[in-house]
Amino acid sequence: MQSQATYNYKVVRQFAVMTVIWGIVGMLVGVIIAAQLIWPELNVVEWLSYGRLRPLHTNAVIFAFGGCALFATSYFAVQRTSHAPLFAPALAAFTFWGWQLVIVLAAISLPLGFTQGKEYAELEWPIDILITLVWVSYAVVFFGTIVKRKVSHIYVANWFFGGFILTVAVLHLVNSAAIPVFAAGILTPKSYSAYAGVQDAMVQWWYGHNAVGFFLTAGFLGMMYYFVPKQAGRPIYSYRLSVVHFWALIFTYMWAGPHHLHYTALPDWTQSVGMIFSLILLAPSWGGMINGIMTLSGAWHKLRDDPILKFMITSLSFYGMSTFEGPMMSIKTVNALSHYTDWTIGHVHSGALGWVAMISIGSIYYLLPRLFGKPEMHSKKLIEAHFWIATIGIVLYIASMWIAGVMQGLMWRATNPDGTLTYSFVESVKATYPFWTIRLLGGLLFLSGMLIMAYNMFLTMAGGKAVNAPVLAPAAAH
Amino acid sequence: MDINDLRSIFTVLAFIAFVGIVWWAYSDRRKKTYDEAAMLPLDGDSPFVPSAPTVPQATENQERKSS
Repeated sequence: MQSQATYNYKVVRQFAVMTVIWGIVGMLVGVIIAAQLIWPELNVVEWLSYGRLRPLHTNAVIFAFGGCALFATSYFAVQRTSHAPLFAPALAAFTFWGWQLVIVLAAISLPLGFTQGKEYAELEWPIDILITLVWVSYAVVFFGTIVKRKVSHIYVANWFFGGFILTVAVLHLVNSAAIPVFAAGILTPKSYSAYAGVQDAMVQWWYGHNAVGFFLTAGFLGMMYYFVPKQAGRPIYSYRLSVVHFWALIFTYMWAGPHHLHYTALPDWTQSVGMIFSLILLAPSWGGMINGIMTLSGAWHKLRDDPILKFMITSLSFYGMSTFEGPMMSIKTVNALSHYTDWTIGHVHSGALGWVAMISIGSIYYLLPRLFGKPEMHSKKLIEAHFWIATIGIVLYIASMWIAGVMQGLMWRATNPDGTLTYSFVESVKATYPFWTIRLLGGLLFLSGMLIMAYNMFLTMAGGKAVNAPVLAPAAAH
Repeated sequence: MDINDLRSIFTVLAFIAFVGIVWWAYSDRRKKTYDEAAMLPLDGDSPFVPSAPTVPQATENQERKSS
């Protein structure tokens, strides 16, 4: 057992710390644009205006915060469940620095107004190429580690992480296909999508919904399947259910995209297919949620005094809520009310803050002490405070957006007996101000929670030293 | 046979494949493998405490090997 090999924790450490940093940056931008909706005077200069900052917010929270969390947790879980250190450590280091460069370039180019105009795929083509290089390297490191594994079975979390990595590669390559225009030079990149008309819209929302389904769901389910059993100290409730959960998601998610294009130029039958597959998705989503929550079956008392577990189990509750709400909103008649309103924003944040951010925060709290040679986080009380502040913030956020959204939808469809519209658009904007203010408060609370996390993280790191745990031999049963 | 027939056939085949996966996952033959697989993450990853380094983990692992 002397001088044995160690797991590669360095890259995990780097991504884990940057998760917290980018989380604060991305959520701060979110708070700024929420304030700009209430006080338009805050649009001081064009590169800090709402239209430029909004894509920066979405890119920062999804790809910088969520992305770093996924890199950190997948690199950690794949090594430990494979009983092998990371394959190609130099390439793993490249994925870290390359991904940080992508984020910095996004933070510069989006405020400057460089955009492909595709939601969640705004970055211009030179950055798209860099993303491709980083992503292929990520796949090589991840699957290379799986090939090196010392156990015969590939743990289910790795199936989810692997599915996420492969699908995102395909999505990115297809949706970002564009014809670059060099007239203005490489420093002012410009390109036109390879698709046109309704095909372009369909490709975009095939991408957009699967970014939700694979980046924001499958990847974080990988996190759930590894870190919930770890923190609870017991195996997943049903391993067979997790296998069916994985394949059900793979078979259905790909077809749900058209629900983003209800009542548009998209053929009606395509909209209906999208709606039906979205409804079917309720089954695997709830199967997965139940599997995660029931892992605590017989050990519910652990929830009482373990704030990290609280984060994880609450995240699963929000996952269940938003995956119920999503299929409901994909029903055409419901969508006729909800589409283009703040209800959609509320739904997204129920998933993004409640599910994605909370499972990430729980997992990062699990990781940090292990990465910096400490028995536990600097302060458990502060984790508890973070949990409650974040939860109250989410509830304020989504409740205000539900009310605002339903109100907007009802105002927009209201007609007088003579068939004219009862309300002008601007009247619905005016009526929304109080709810935007409540939303801003919710966002501020969530951001405050992240600042508490950063404080707790730096005090945990202080005086600790970077450690790499030794590679464990697999248990005899394998 | 036009392209739409192929599309329908593919959809049906995908559905049959999924039903097959469910049947396979819930077959008794898989039970032992899955019970073992479910234990994979629980590999004794206690927080690394500098004063009590690698030995306990290794010992624990040895115990598991012999059991």
